[in-house]
Amino acid sequence: MATKSTGGIEKTKSTEVKKKLNVLIVDDDPSIRRLHEMIIKRIGGISQTAKNGEEAVILHRGGASFDLILMDKEMPERDGVSTTKKLREMKVTSMIVGVTSLADQEEERKAFMEAGLNHCLEKPLTMDKILPYINHLLGA
Amino acid sequence: MNTTVVAQLQRQFQDYIVSLYQQGFLDNQFSELRKLQDEGTPDFVSEVVFLFFDDCSKLINTMSTSLEQPDNVDFKQLDSGVHQLKGSSSSVGAKRVKNVCISFKECCDVQNREGCLRCLQQVDYEYKMLKTKLQELFNLEQQILQAGGTIPQVDIS
Repeated sequence: MATKSTGGIEKTKSTEVKKKLNVLIVDDDPSIRRLHEMIIKRIGGISQTAKNGEEAVILHRGGASFDLILMDKEMPERDGVSTTKKLREMKVTSMIVGVTSLADQEEERKAFMEAGLNHCLEKPLTMDKILPYINHLLGA
Repeated sequence: MNTTVVAQLQRQFQDYIVSLYQQGFLDNQFSELRKLQDEGTPDFVSEVVFLFFDDCSKLINTMSTSLEQPDNVDFKQLDSGVHQLKGSSSSVGAKRVKNVCISFKECCDVQNREGCLRCLQQVDYEYKMLKTKLQELFNLEQQILQAGGTIPQVDIS
């Protein structure tokens, strides 16, 4: 079952409302989901998690949308390649960043990118690795 | 607060965590986990590593089952388990576990059952050893906090 962490629209002292980055974390590993949740929280975003690609697709069918999707490659039910392809077929325009331990094998990385990723990063994910993409999304 | 006791415990903590890096139990990713922890989430590191240990245990059981029948080893399932374990161990900084996974994958690739059995035993040993070591580390943290001190930042570089 997908889970959602706290967050939402953040009001600054002025009348301007500052939107928090909304991130979907798709990974079958609970420790990695927790790590990625915390990274997103630390950089000021809010996150939901999905245990596999099928959960991610179901979330989108239900109307959910995200600024950024962190996508694992190897997952049960529906893997990252299939999920990315499906989401792009569903006209999902979120930035999708693959996070995989196979990133150093060129052929697998290429297939994952060709499925519709914007970028691919190698595990383990750190704040330093993801921050350039977050800044890009925030227009920094 | 007994400042002498706190200082001793803090020193013990620093020496212990440095030894875990020097002996190869942990790598820089563990430092990244510690950086993410703060007063609002004081149990984040222990939460993540114990999620990892739970997953380790389940994966090892699954892989053990895959290796049971000498003539019917499901190397594809085994490889999937090793892959997952490599990913999760690298994400928490469990260096020795990750390194065994690299050898384990090589044995899976050539369908070497005996090699896989040895690697499985090694993975089991390493994750249990790390679990014991980290439990000791977290106990030291608790002792420092109970004595009124703060957990020292340790620069591993």
